[in-house]
Amino acid sequence: MIDKSTFWIVMPALAAGTYAIRFSFLGTLGARPLPGWLTRSLRYTAVAVLPALVAPGVLWPAATGGETDPARLSAALVTLAVGVATRSTMAAILAGGGTLFALLALTG
Amino acid sequence: MTPHRTAFLRGLLAALPMVVVVGPFALLFGVVATEAGLNVAETMLFSVSVFAGASQFAALQTMQENAPVLVVLATALAVNLRMVMYSVTLAPHFGELPLRSRALMAYFLVDQSFATTMAEIDRRPAMTAQEKRAVFFGAVVAVAPLWFLASLAGALIGRAIPPDYALDFALPITFLAMVAPMLRSLPHLAAAGVSILLSLLLAGMPYGTGLLVAASIAMAAGAGLERWLEGRRA
Repeated sequence: MIDKSTFWIVMPALAAGTYAIRFSFLGTLGARPLPGWLTRSLRYTAVAVLPALVAPGVLWPAATGGETDPARLSAALVTLAVGVATRSTMAAILAGGGTLFALLALTG
Repeated sequence: MTPHRTAFLRGLLAALPMVVVVGPFALLFGVVATEAGLNVAETMLFSVSVFAGASQFAALQTMQENAPVLVVLATALAVNLRMVMYSVTLAPHFGELPLRSRALMAYFLVDQSFATTMAEIDRRPAMTAQEKRAVFFGAVVAVAPLWFLASLAGALIGRAIPPDYALDFALPITFLAMVAPMLRSLPHLAAAGVSILLSLLLAGMPYGTGLLVAASIAMAAGAGLERWLEGRRA
């Protein structure tokens, strides 16, 4: 469960921060080019942040008390494989979700 | 039809296929947010004020892990940093428009409106700034109302789903599904690999700070490898 006092600080701050990011160059008339190292790094933000966000939870899920769970681990691997193969986020979600529910039903 | 109206329609039509991803994604956000303990009003306020799906999911996940506010914010904002590039790329095309136009566009600057507008500018570079703006808002109309409505539907459904449905795993699956199609080059693969490896090694660091260290080094690894590969080709 989310702590409500945390939520009420995070929401407005995240809203303001996200808006500031979007407004940054568009709002300031600026067509100043960014330095090359910076644009290069920005290209990798999503692939750098999202896997780190999920990897520990995939291997040691909180729902099983940190015990590695074959169903969740397989679902994660299937999601990744289908996403790479099809280049489709939706196909990957469906395949991963399907795998998870099928395995949980089998082992449940 | 005026050139503005046709530009608006072109944006709308070009962005229409994206509803297939946006709708379910927003629905899922509504469900996961209410499962995490937010009520319908809080979920909607979150979606409307932040309006950036991946970072909203990231904030939900880190808040559920009881990470401190600063770590939650750093993680969620890091997910949105790619939009700096969007802002930089769009700026020269819209610089002549009034500030309130650009301020409104900034709020609606998401993956879909950006991608649609840039593709259309590529196809018709002679468009005026006003026509480009019409394309942008055409794309916005295709995805933004759906984002809000589907979030609401998800929040209402989420209250009806019993908690024992393994929904804890909806977030990891969604994030992996978003990342997988991005793994199209060696540097992207390297960044994701470093990210996974370090986040596991550093999982013991307090307050989710291991994630920030892992992500920073992974970003540098991707950028560094890209630079090195370019250097070799040159």
